[in-house]
Amino acid sequence: MYTFSSKLRLFAIISMVLGLVGLVYGFLSVPATVEEASAVLASHDAHHETTDNHEEASFIDEARQEHGYSEAAMAKDKDMGHNAHEDEEHMQHVLHQMQSKPWSAAFVAAFFFMMIALGTLVFYAIQTAAQAGWSPVLFRVMEGITHYLLPGSIIVLLIVIFAGEHFYPWQNHELVAEDQILQDKAGYLNFPFWLIRSIIYVAGWNLYRFFARKNSLAMDTAEDDKPYKNLFKFSIFFLAFFLCTESTMAWDWFMSMTPHWYSTLFAWYILAGIMVSAVTVIAMVTVSLKAIGKLEFVNDSHLHDLAKFMFGFSIFWTYLWFGQFMLIWYANIPEEVTYFILRIQEYNPIFFGMLILNFVFPIIILMNSDFKRVSWFVVIAGTIILVGHYIDIFLLVMPSTVGPYWSFGITEFAAILFFLGLFILMVGLGLSRVSLRPKNNPFLVESEHFHY
Amino acid sequence: MASANVLHALYNDDDILMKAVKELRAKKYRIIEVYTPFPVHGLDKAMGLAPTRLAITSFIYGLIGLSVATLMMNFIMIEDWPRNIGGKPSFSYLQNMPAFVPIMFELTVFFAAHLMVITFYLRSKIWPFQKAANPDVRTTDDHFLIEVDAANHDLDALSKFLYDTGASEISLIHNEEHA
Repeated sequence: MYTFSSKLRLFAIISMVLGLVGLVYGFLSVPATVEEASAVLASHDAHHETTDNHEEASFIDEARQEHGYSEAAMAKDKDMGHNAHEDEEHMQHVLHQMQSKPWSAAFVAAFFFMMIALGTLVFYAIQTAAQAGWSPVLFRVMEGITHYLLPGSIIVLLIVIFAGEHFYPWQNHELVAEDQILQDKAGYLNFPFWLIRSIIYVAGWNLYRFFARKNSLAMDTAEDDKPYKNLFKFSIFFLAFFLCTESTMAWDWFMSMTPHWYSTLFAWYILAGIMVSAVTVIAMVTVSLKAIGKLEFVNDSHLHDLAKFMFGFSIFWTYLWFGQFMLIWYANIPEEVTYFILRIQEYNPIFFGMLILNFVFPIIILMNSDFKRVSWFVVIAGTIILVGHYIDIFLLVMPSTVGPYWSFGITEFAAILFFLGLFILMVGLGLSRVSLRPKNNPFLVESEHFHY
Repeated sequence: MASANVLHALYNDDDILMKAVKELRAKKYRIIEVYTPFPVHGLDKAMGLAPTRLAITSFIYGLIGLSVATLMMNFIMIEDWPRNIGGKPSFSYLQNMPAFVPIMFELTVFFAAHLMVITFYLRSKIWPFQKAANPDVRTTDDHFLIEVDAANHDLDALSKFLYDTGASEISLIHNEEHA
């Protein structure tokens, strides 16, 4: 039985309060009028005058051997043109992007922690449906992490609903009225249908979490294997449901931020990020619970398997990232490539730095079989992977909503702090309610003697 | 081989074999070789064999493959004849790298896999027309054989010991005629 220490609880509450204060500051400090936005822009430009290389040819201009190509391409997509008679319209756009910044910061952090709980739930369902012999000793840990799903997914749902036009241009009727592409997509991208879909996702995921936990606890006292069979069936249906809803969730919540752009493997790419972050958190929670002596029935072979999953999913994520990037880069079709031009131009260090964090480091740290059994190695690799996948979500959202006016400041940090606090609080409560050693799972004995 | 005389002890079961290996090791008898029809899980640990370094060689071969791919594509596509092919930027390796990644990946895997397999063949002395080093044909079907160094040991005592470990058949082999 794990008791949620008062120190950790206090830490979680303090970070939630600090985060909340920072988020409120973030929402209050956005420019309210075009004049304020211009002032921010002017100070921003003055600050970056030396590094702002609009005169020099950029990476993309060089590649195209066409001076000013990237500027023109971006102006087409993001209204960044400095045309004099469009100035007023342009400033309206800038103001809108600046106002979207705190919304985006909150959404990035909220989704990041929600996807960890969601991915853990999926991993749990996979382990159950696959009748894995090694993992039942970790089921209570996974159930504890998924305790965050209910509050986390409701907050994410509220953010995407209330962010409205800050995230989703297709919710702006004036814009749709003059945009043939958005009109053609209105059959799918309209608010009522979108809202119903979003509610179904969140409701379905939480429903499975509720029944899985119920049957898993019922197993402890059951005389027969009925709860186990129920859990098994629920898990299979959930996996089918999840794979459908995850795809549409990715289209609805992320891809429709840039409704002119589309990519077919986008949903899989997000899924890979979800899975690798979730497995990483399972491993890190397992390591920390084992360090305080609460998981004496978990041995280093279990850790080894989790680390293998971290390694494998990291490479899977990279494969999908590159699959998407390379196909678009290679064909270079204007309507597709704007997505990456914006990210390479305006987010260059983190866009490529993320690859080092999410691919190069895990491959180097976790390739050796012996290292996967060393808990502090797994924790270091896990920290790097989590930072990398936060940046991944950041890069999904920020370029689409705030464009070039991004920064990592108080608002972004406060959002992480708030959701980290909430995550620790909910996971701690979820872990502390029942014994960490499940009973009566048919594969439990095998799992306790698991040796690799 | 160090000694002239070896004892061949045959076993019918892999569990008995494992037990015999552990007992022989505990008594400090030297096991020259163990022949089994299939991999016996944990036998290498029981025999105290050093872990394989094949994975390390494979990693190094992979790095060599990556270097070969990089140097080859850099020379051909960037340095030797940088043509404009379908508008792809051939000014530097980095600019055109996404197009080379499939080749870099495949050559890494190709080198890592094939050179590791060849290393395995060489280290295990397996090649076509290699004379089979099997002391008893039954060990490829359903028998297990332990080859014990008999030098400086009382043959009767060692045979008795092997018999007690559960050996179904024990035979003395002189290396001169064996070779």
